[in-house]
Order: sequence, then C-alpha cells, then structure tokens
Amino acid sequence: MRHLAWAYLAAAYVFVFLPVVVLVVFSFQDGRLPVPPFRGVTLDWYAKVLADGKLMAALWNSLVVAVVSSTVALILGFLAAHALARVRLPGSALMRGVLIAPLTVSYLIIALGLLNLYTQTGIRLSLWTAGIGHVVINLPLCFAITYAAMGDHQKAAERAARDLGAPEWKVLLLISAPMLSAPLAAAFFLSVTFSWDEFIIAFLLTRFDVTLPVEIWSMLRSGLSPATNAVGSLVFLVSVTLVILLELLVFRRAK
Amino acid sequence: MTASVSIQSVSQRYGAALALHDVSLEIAAGEFVVLLGPSGCGKTTLLNIIGGFAEPTSGRVLIGGRDMTGVAPKDRPTTTVFQDYALFPHMSLRDNVAFGLRMRGVPRADRARKADAMLALVGLEGRGDRRPHELSGGQRQRVALARALAVEPDVLLLDEPLGALDLKLRRQMQDELKAIQRRVGTTFVHVTHDQEEAMAIADRIVVMNGGRIEDHGPPREVYLHPKTLFTAGFMGEINRIPVRNGRAPFGPVPVADGILCIRPEAMTPTGSLHIGPCTVRDAAFFGTHVRAHVSPLAAPDLRLVVHLPQSQIVEEGRVLDLGADSHVVLTE
Repeated sequence: MRHLAWAYLAAAYVFVFLPVVVLVVFSFQDGRLPVPPFRGVTLDWYAKVLADGKLMAALWNSLVVAVVSSTVALILGFLAAHALARVRLPGSALMRGVLIAPLTVSYLIIALGLLNLYTQTGIRLSLWTAGIGHVVINLPLCFAITYAAMGDHQKAAERAARDLGAPEWKVLLLISAPMLSAPLAAAFFLSVTFSWDEFIIAFLLTRFDVTLPVEIWSMLRSGLSPATNAVGSLVFLVSVTLVILLELLVFRRAK
Repeated sequence: MTASVSIQSVSQRYGAALALHDVSLEIAAGEFVVLLGPSGCGKTTLLNIIGGFAEPTSGRVLIGGRDMTGVAPKDRPTTTVFQDYALFPHMSLRDNVAFGLRMRGVPRADRARKADAMLALVGLEGRGDRRPHELSGGQRQRVALARALAVEPDVLLLDEPLGALDLKLRRQMQDELKAIQRRVGTTFVHVTHDQEEAMAIADRIVVMNGGRIEDHGPPREVYLHPKTLFTAGFMGEINRIPVRNGRAPFGPVPVADGILCIRPEAMTPTGSLHIGPCTVRDAAFFGTHVRAHVSPLAAPDLRLVVHLPQSQIVEEGRVLDLGADSHVVLTE
C-alpha cells in the first residue's frame, strides 16, 4: 500500500511537471530543433534570446503591465473591500456579487467585450488597454482576498485610530493596510503572476507593443526552436521566483 | 487637560428601540464618574455619544462648554480606552502610545520622549520597543490607557476597560486607575457593570437602567440611600420588606408605607429598627462574614439575608434577636 502511495505521488508530479522539465531541458539543446534526441548542452539559445531586442522589450512590457495593473487592481480591490466590510449600504451583497462576478467570466469574453468597447469609443489598442483588461481580471481576486481577511480586530483598531485624531486616509494607510499586509501581498503577487502569464487578453488588446506571451506566440508561428524553450524557461523562472517570494515573505511570516 | 461634560436631554433611538431616553447629566471637570448598569441599559451608548461614535437622535453634548453636535471623534477633546484594547499590532508600544501625538504633528523625538514618559506612568518603563503580542492582558490594558492619555485629552472615556481581566488583576488596576486619574486630573467617564469596581474608583456613580438614569451620587450615598428599588438591588444584596399601614409582616414598624429595604450587613442584634427574634434557616461561611438566611418568628414565611460577624458560630434553628442599623423606604 505504502509503495503504491509513493508511486501515485511520483506519477502525479511527473504528470504535472514533465512538460516543464522537457521545456527546460531542450532549451539547452545543442541543435536546431527542441526535439529528441538530446544532442548536448549549450547556452547559445539563452544568449540569442537575451540579445533579441524585441523579446527583451516584450519582457519589459510584460513586467510593467503586470506590476502597474496589479497595483491598480490591489488599490481598487482593497478600497472596495474596506468600504463593503465597514459600511452597511443598501445592496451590499449585490455589490459584492457584481465585484466578484468577472472571476466566472472567461478571459476571451472579457477581452472581446473590451475590444468592442475600445473600437466603439475610438481608444487605440496599446499596453494600456491590455493593462486595463488585466485590472478587470485581477480586481475581483484582490477584492475577494482582502475582503475575506477583514475582521473585527481591524475594525476596533481603526476606530481607535480615528479616536486618536487620524483622518480617514491615514487610518487606511497607517492602520488598515499594514494590519492586512499579508493578504495584500498575497493578492499582489498572485495578480502579478496571472498578468505575467496572461495571453488571450494581451493578444486581443495590444497592437505594436506587445507582452511576452504574445511575442512568444509570434515566435512559435515561425516554427519550433530551442530559443522558444529558452524564453519559456525564463518566464517559468520568473513565476517560480514570485511564488517562492510569496511563500517566504508572506506565508512564512504569517505563521 | 480637563473639561466639564454636559449631557442635555439626550435620546438615542435604534429603529423602534429607545436606547437612551431623555438623559441629562452634568459632569464636573476632573471628576471620576462611573456609568453603572446591566448590559443593555444604555451606558455604552451614552459613552459612544460623548466620544462622537454615535450621534444622538435628539439632545446635545457639551464638552468644556463647546457644543459637540456634528464634531467627529478625531476632532473631539476625548479619547477612549476600549474593552478589547484595540492596540495596533504592527507597531511597537512606543509607536502605539505616540500615535495620537503623531496625528497632531508632534516631531518624532518629542513624541518618543512623551510616549516613554506615559509608559513609565502606567508601569511599563523601558518596554517601548516591545510589540503588543508580547504582553499580558493587564499590560495591554496599561498601554491602551497610556495611548489614550498621551494626547492629554480633556475627557477620558473608558469602556469596560477591566472587563477582560481576572479578578485579582482587576482590583489592582482599579487602584492604579484611580491613582493615575488623581495625578493627571483629567475627567474620567468609566463604564462598567461591576458595582464593586464602581465603588472602588468613582467620585460619583451614575446608575442606569432601561435607557434612563436611575440614580447618581457618591458611592456611599448610592449604596446606603438608593433612590430607587433598582439601584438598591443593583448596588448589592438587599432585603425587601413590604410595609402597609405602618405594619411589616413581623409586626408594626415606625416607618412610612412602601418597601422597607435593609442591607444584610445592617441587620445586627443592636439595630435600632427592631425586627424581633428570628430563626436561622441556614448559614454559610464567606470569609469576611457569615451569610445566613433567617425568618422572623412572627412571620415564618419571610426570608431575610443577614451577614453576621465571621467569629459568630450560627447553627440552623438557633434564634437571634435582630434589628436594622440603617434602612431606606422606597416605593415601587
């Protein structure tokens, strides 16, 4: 039974990580094609990728879009969560529902809706329009995470801060946000990860400047190459780093 | 540093419920007032109205002669010590205590010095770098007190601040609270449901019930000469004996008609208001006294509670001749 359990665990991990391992291994392929047999190790493809101006520009774009859109989503989500947790308004439940609803809508539908909107209002596609799309998908996430973390503990501390003379924006900045630093950081890192990997919205809502997933897609159109694997490995490395940072900075400290 | 509080016909309505019913109260500058009553009597509502956390439905509050209508908590000369302490967990004790000064634009070095002095005042000298989670409940309460006093409010509001502490610590904190109030001279308005706590610290006790003020006065006055039956019962155990046409169940008494109220410790063999021989039904040793139930021979159905000296051995069935040292007559 025990061996069976270990075998099952191993199989599950292989199933999940085999594609990634293959991707990473063949990014070191000393040859023209990222397919077996493995011909030896080289860093040429990484050198090529890092020297590729278009790719590096796309990587930088991705990073900027991810950080800016996540920051906006986090601020909006936090403010909405704080207001709905503190003030009793008519239709609070409905507002919460509407805020979380985009989580259930496919990215394709959100992208199509925004594309329609931009076309009709004459807004030209750019990194900004893709960033707005990423705010739309990440705001519900940030809202849900921070809303779930709000408790009476913070409410009492906020009341005490007001009693001691703090204006509302200082209550938010000096009391509410620091007390919620762990969930806020979790929401931010998750948003950055989602935005960093996101393809459909970025593909439909950008034009001349594109994000990394879109650039990788256009690389793939010209055929398989170990260079694509090298970019993919770099993307994976960034995502893994974010997850490790999240674990170390947020969850470890929260315990 | 200190100011009077004038509460003028304040009413507070929550939906159909009337939490406060036309309450008026004058509190002198530097006075230590305790609002005492059972839960739901309106004492916390009244405190919230003084602090600005709730606006009264009608009536107004003046602090130092200034009308507080429409003034937010942050702009009032009041600060509050909350029952759950409400310390800021992400700040050191020094930053907690200095928070109010920071909001008032006091420079960092000055406010750190003042915060350390306040921590010393509450007996936490040299602990400014600690975090709230490192402290015990009693120490957190002290920090909350230091934090509220650091901004030198005119009026300090205390919302059942000792409610979460164990009995021994609560008694110790009462003494300290009283001593600190004497030193700073600030007006203290303290809410509690514990009448012993109220008597230990108050200059004046305000007894509340059902959204109204039942009675107010110095502890001795409220305890010995309550104005209502509710106050008489809430301040401590009391015997209620109906008197009609000058007669109590055990015989004629020289008092007006109504309810004759006698504290258990006022029943003694030498009491001037004579009750007569009573049979001891049961007795228990309470440490400071012996608590016994007795029934007058003339009225066997009447059960009275008596506190006898701890040295007295009383067995069941023994007959004692008792009278009342002090009493009040109240009407329903």
